[in-house]
Amino acid sequence: MDYKKPLPIVTETNRPFWDSLKAHAMRLPQCDACGKFHAPPRDFCPHCLSDKLTWKPVQGTGEVYSFIVMHQLYDKTFADDVPYNVTMVKLDEGPRLVSNVRGPNDAIRIGDRVKLVYDDVSAEITLHRFVRL
Amino acid sequence: MSIAGKYIIAGVGNTKYGKLPGRSSESLTVEAIRNAIQDAGIDKSQVDAVLTKAPTSNFELLYSTRISEHLGIVPKVTATIDNAGASTASALVYGAMCIEEGLCSVAVVSYGDNPLTGSRDVYAKPAGDTDAYGMFGAVSGYAMITQRYLHKFNKTSVNLAPIPIGDRKWASMNPNALFQKPITLDDHQSSRFVAEPLHLLDCCPVTDGAAAAVIMSAERAKDLPKAPVYLNGFGQGHTAWELVTREHYTTSGALQSGKVAFQMAGITPRNVDFLELYGPFSVVPIITLEDYGFCKKGEGCDFVADNKTHPGGALPMNTSGGLLSETGMPGMQLIVEAVRQLRGECGQRQVPKHDVTVVSNQGGHMTTHSTLVLGTHPR
Repeated sequence: MDYKKPLPIVTETNRPFWDSLKAHAMRLPQCDACGKFHAPPRDFCPHCLSDKLTWKPVQGTGEVYSFIVMHQLYDKTFADDVPYNVTMVKLDEGPRLVSNVRGPNDAIRIGDRVKLVYDDVSAEITLHRFVRL
Repeated sequence: MSIAGKYIIAGVGNTKYGKLPGRSSESLTVEAIRNAIQDAGIDKSQVDAVLTKAPTSNFELLYSTRISEHLGIVPKVTATIDNAGASTASALVYGAMCIEEGLCSVAVVSYGDNPLTGSRDVYAKPAGDTDAYGMFGAVSGYAMITQRYLHKFNKTSVNLAPIPIGDRKWASMNPNALFQKPITLDDHQSSRFVAEPLHLLDCCPVTDGAAAAVIMSAERAKDLPKAPVYLNGFGQGHTAWELVTREHYTTSGALQSGKVAFQMAGITPRNVDFLELYGPFSVVPIITLEDYGFCKKGEGCDFVADNKTHPGGALPMNTSGGLLSETGMPGMQLIVEAVRQLRGECGQRQVPKHDVTVVSNQGGHMTTHSTLVLGTHPR
């Protein structure tokens, strides 16, 4: 296991999110007061500012909201990947995630239905990727 | 009562743009401010407020304070403003407000940085957990906005081309512009992708340089040698949120900012003679034109398709070459160009009608926005 790419910064606020990915069962904070999900995780619901939040499982399905294909190499650990896509996925629960869609870049379209898959990149970190349905 | 129409830009100045080895941001900033003070026809002893945007590539504490020291003045007011690329337009307004309230009487506003010869790390710096997914650089966010825009309004990269081609036409008449060689649609389409759907020619260059302006009351400026440029309207609006949480990608803070600024100045788009719109990537002026009401939402590409914003067109835009061709610096240079055009100082690229202009400043990934309505007469 020698993963060289940048890893997310785990904080007290987002730790349950990264733990849920590691367990291959993504959870996001849902507000007890207003019922809305949010991401990225905050200590206070960005919709109503309640601090009563519960980590709830999500279905792991959504759609492509936007995407780009990166040709410019900014970080040398991506040298073997360019051109690669970065995709903004809108989960069916509402929040969006920045992620990558597996498969050919030129097949991706805004509105495509996608499904979550888990990528165990290190002993500690699992990243979320998506596949087209 | 509004201060709109009571305050004027008395002088503007800038440095060369491009690769300027051996020059610190302080050195560049002082040169631009010195030039602006000379342009205003005042002595530096009259300057008692220093407002800067901190250098993007090297945020430093007390930057305005240090610039005051370099200028050899003891200011009554300093502030280092961070609205990213919207900082300097906002700072000009804060300067006028401080003068109105009696805190000071003559303010200089500046931006200077040396990211090309200094450190460019900030432009590639991870913005959070998105770097784990390879989302790097300012371009990635603007590309994400562009893709959504093109999809929503059924346009393609070709429809963006009038922006870079127009900027370059104007730049060909600006000896201080970084890129002066005209480009064609073919050049635009065949330039390499940086982040699809953005081609290289959709992206602004990183350059060294500085620009500055002097602001004071119209009353105080009565005896100055050059014609005053009136601050007739201003506004701000911020989408504020990162792209992951932002509700819409196809409308920006320009909507709110423009509405306030145009209303304050008592103008509509019909009254505007020329535009200086912040466009680090081709889609930005398109969205700004729509948000400001020059055309309907989704019709920005069609609006510029007849080249009306190019030299000789009915609505000249980015007359110095804009961010895509003059310099990618964050915004102050657009205010400098607006003032020179209003005064009629622009030689070969001088626009024929030059009484009213609108300058936009914006930053982040269309995250911040600030608008100035400037004119040769008070509103």
